[in-house]
Amino acid sequence: MSHSLISTFGGFLGRLSLKWLPHDPITASGAIMLAAVPIAVALFITYTKRWKWIYREWLTTQDPKRIGIMYIIIAILMGLRGLADVIMVRTQQAVSVGSNHGILSASHFQQVISAHGTIMIFFVAMGLMFGIINLIVPLQIGARDVAFPFLNATGFWLFFAGMALINISLLIGDFSATGWLAYPPLSELKYSPTVGVDYWIWSLEIAGIGSLLAGINFVVTILKKRVKGMKLMKMPLFCWSVLGSMSLVIFAFPILTVTLTLLALDRTLGMHFFTSGHGGNMMMYVNLIWAWGHPEVYILVLPAFGVYSEIAAVFSRKKLFGYVSMVWAIWAIVILSFIVWLHHFFTMGAGSNVNAFFGIMTMIIAVPTGVKLFNWLFTMYKGKLNMKTPLYWLIAFVVVFTIGGMAGVLMAVPPIDFQLHNSLFLVAHFHMMIVSGVLFGYFAGIAYWYPKFLGYRLNERLGRYAFWSWLVGFLLAFIPLYILGFMGATRRLDHYSASLGWQPLFIVAAIGVVFIILGVVLQILQLIVSIWQRNGELKVGHDPWDGRTLEWSLPTPIPAYNFARLPEVSTRDAYWNAKKVKYIDRRPYEDIEMPKNSPLGMVIAGGALIFGFAFVWHIWWLVIVGLLVSVFGLIYRSMDEHTEYTLPASDVKQMEQMRASGGGI
Amino acid sequence: MRIKKKWLVVSVMLAALVSAAGVYLSRVNIPLLEPKGPIADKEFRLLLIITGAMLVVVIPVFLLLAYVVWRYREDNPKHGQYVPDWDHSRWLEGLWWVIPTILILIVSIITWNASYALNPYRPILTNKKALVVQAVSLDWKWLFIYPAQHIASLNLVEFPLKTPVHFYLTSDAPMNSFWLPQLSGQIYTMAGMQTQLYLASDIIGNFTGRSANLSGVGFAGMQFSARSVSVASFASWVNQIRHHSPRLSLSVYRSLEKPSTYVPFKEYSNPAKGLFNDIIAKYMTPNRDHNIRLIEGIGL
Repeated sequence: MSHSLISTFGGFLGRLSLKWLPHDPITASGAIMLAAVPIAVALFITYTKRWKWIYREWLTTQDPKRIGIMYIIIAILMGLRGLADVIMVRTQQAVSVGSNHGILSASHFQQVISAHGTIMIFFVAMGLMFGIINLIVPLQIGARDVAFPFLNATGFWLFFAGMALINISLLIGDFSATGWLAYPPLSELKYSPTVGVDYWIWSLEIAGIGSLLAGINFVVTILKKRVKGMKLMKMPLFCWSVLGSMSLVIFAFPILTVTLTLLALDRTLGMHFFTSGHGGNMMMYVNLIWAWGHPEVYILVLPAFGVYSEIAAVFSRKKLFGYVSMVWAIWAIVILSFIVWLHHFFTMGAGSNVNAFFGIMTMIIAVPTGVKLFNWLFTMYKGKLNMKTPLYWLIAFVVVFTIGGMAGVLMAVPPIDFQLHNSLFLVAHFHMMIVSGVLFGYFAGIAYWYPKFLGYRLNERLGRYAFWSWLVGFLLAFIPLYILGFMGATRRLDHYSASLGWQPLFIVAAIGVVFIILGVVLQILQLIVSIWQRNGELKVGHDPWDGRTLEWSLPTPIPAYNFARLPEVSTRDAYWNAKKVKYIDRRPYEDIEMPKNSPLGMVIAGGALIFGFAFVWHIWWLVIVGLLVSVFGLIYRSMDEHTEYTLPASDVKQMEQMRASGGGI
Repeated sequence: MRIKKKWLVVSVMLAALVSAAGVYLSRVNIPLLEPKGPIADKEFRLLLIITGAMLVVVIPVFLLLAYVVWRYREDNPKHGQYVPDWDHSRWLEGLWWVIPTILILIVSIITWNASYALNPYRPILTNKKALVVQAVSLDWKWLFIYPAQHIASLNLVEFPLKTPVHFYLTSDAPMNSFWLPQLSGQIYTMAGMQTQLYLASDIIGNFTGRSANLSGVGFAGMQFSARSVSVASFASWVNQIRHHSPRLSLSVYRSLEKPSTYVPFKEYSNPAKGLFNDIIAKYMTPNRDHNIRLIEGIGL
């Protein structure tokens, strides 16, 4: 009876049915925890009667400062999910030896590693990156807003929709078990017939388009919205690194979109772009995905380099060393990052010259990266090092990134890569690069800029404890993986024979993760304690670090329009120099054009989410509904000619006076 | 005084950790550091050379970092000179553009040559004729076909020592990567395509190989044994199989095609003629269902 009921609805609901709800205890508890978070948040908002406020101040906002904070909150939550995946992986690999097959089935294990990689890259690293870019770039270039506020907000909501879709896969259905890049033919229908890979495709497709929109917005913002006098070569280095990174986004993300679309066509309409037979070629996919994937690494790491550059100067109380070299190094990296993708698959069997070319191009990237390292060191040299947590992260980064980079050069030599490819050595290498280069950088950035937005510092002692736990845990977790790689251990193994002697090292790596968990707990504790102490010793003024760039000239909290009077800039460290001359700006206030709030970005992304979900489950009528919602939102928005409002000079004056007298916002 | 005590504790812990690691590592087998064949050996030497070259830059970076962080700490009583506006130096910046460039240039030349010398398709120079083995990655096991010896084996590959082994590889499953770390680096196996790899062993011994590319739920079990044996015992192994093992007919092959995990060794005589090429060809025909030979078993 129930079976016939389901099959009747089979046409109406596509492949979707109740049998796809989670069964095993681990997935079910994960799903319940995951569902509990939004439900708890919704109940809390209802209880405190804050829905209107949330809608007006956050959900419909076009203010990059608020969008930035939303990005970071999502990234932190997703980071916790990614960490939960790590715990499962490390537990599995520590115990699944010989006759013991561990806590997870092979398929479940592979879903977990795929989810870990996908979530950490797309929703943690990208989220933190876009969060910090949204918060900082307009302030540093002296802009009141980004170039395309609506596009930017839509980009965020598409990122949110992608994030939602990947999490829905835990509630109903399954997730891709094919690794974070879903190589065909394993990811083709023949070998992965369930909805997992479709969830992966549509989640990244939607989030990827969001990233592209955000990328376009920030390239134009940096090129067109700089304040008077800020020539390109006078921009803070963070803005240069963002310009490099976002240019890469514009060129790389369309490749991802197309590649995923082709894979979706294979899986949905029975086409044969990447299948084993019928003229398909899996290596075409592998080429395409890395033509996006390698630049993606630099997309993530360049803004973090920018953060480190800011921190090196401010915490050494000294000008950044070798600014011009730094800019050229960024652009060398941007260009080179597009001609190295083949080093991800030297083992394909390409000819010697092809492999050698890509290997050498890869090594050349070590030159501009090395230049950056030396410039950071010489920024600190002859400085006065203010030893606070951001600087700790920078120093740890230099050490870890150099070791990881050395491993990278080794693997750039094709014959060495034949031995290290897809081994745990590789896993250790890229974690050392991404965790130290990206995650540590954004941790440092958050500690650095936090007081700018909240008016109080983060607790320094707890920050340092968290730092040491992270660093010790990180080294314990990954140095054993280098050795395991030498011992012949490949990545993604859910089980291995006892005779190989790998288990002790996997156990050490698991202990490392315990320290990392401790670090994360301390970070959360740091946040709570800091909020607790916000009116006491942690309370700071608008410029707690003796900053150099324009964002520190603004009052905290920063008004929606950022700059009541637009500053004029004539040097690199604009605010550092302004502080020396003690100039008081007495120019009259002017009318300010501000973007109106709009829920349409959310509507467009909501349509995309419905579209993606329906496509995953083949609910074709719902696909059309989702598409119509998005298209309708787009058309409606383009008909609206009143997307801005004017804040009259008199209001600005009143608000500024209120602030000066200590009242207000 | 307290600070010194802290460093003492940290150093003792580090020393304990390093010595424990040393004891452990001296007792386990680390295939990449203990190559047993000419290819793996050259790859290992290359690894050492490049590591050495990298250390030329890496060690100064670490020393400089340690010095700068110690010397220029704000709270260091012996703080070095503070020059807040010193922000560039043509000489210094030139130095770290040029020196790494030269180093990379040298490493690039080594890379270019090594990329040719260690191309897996390149025959090993010797006066011995290479043994041809056709390897097929299946869901989830390795099939090795010896076309000249008319035998085949599952998850086990045996060859005489000091003899080049010329592998032809393909896949009748998702993509895998063939890896026998003590003897050579990896090469992908891809359906409808053929790759090649040469390797040889200098000693008599047993080695473990595996797939290094995720290929589905049985991936972790895609481990195989490689045995390097004397010429005489290889000949007797072949003979033994020829006379006593079941035939690898097309129908037997079709049963191997079906997914299975953690499959034990198995040996077969008389593999169906042209089996390896048919496995590749079936992905190249417009519609694999029309590949009559493999599907309907003509020629059995």
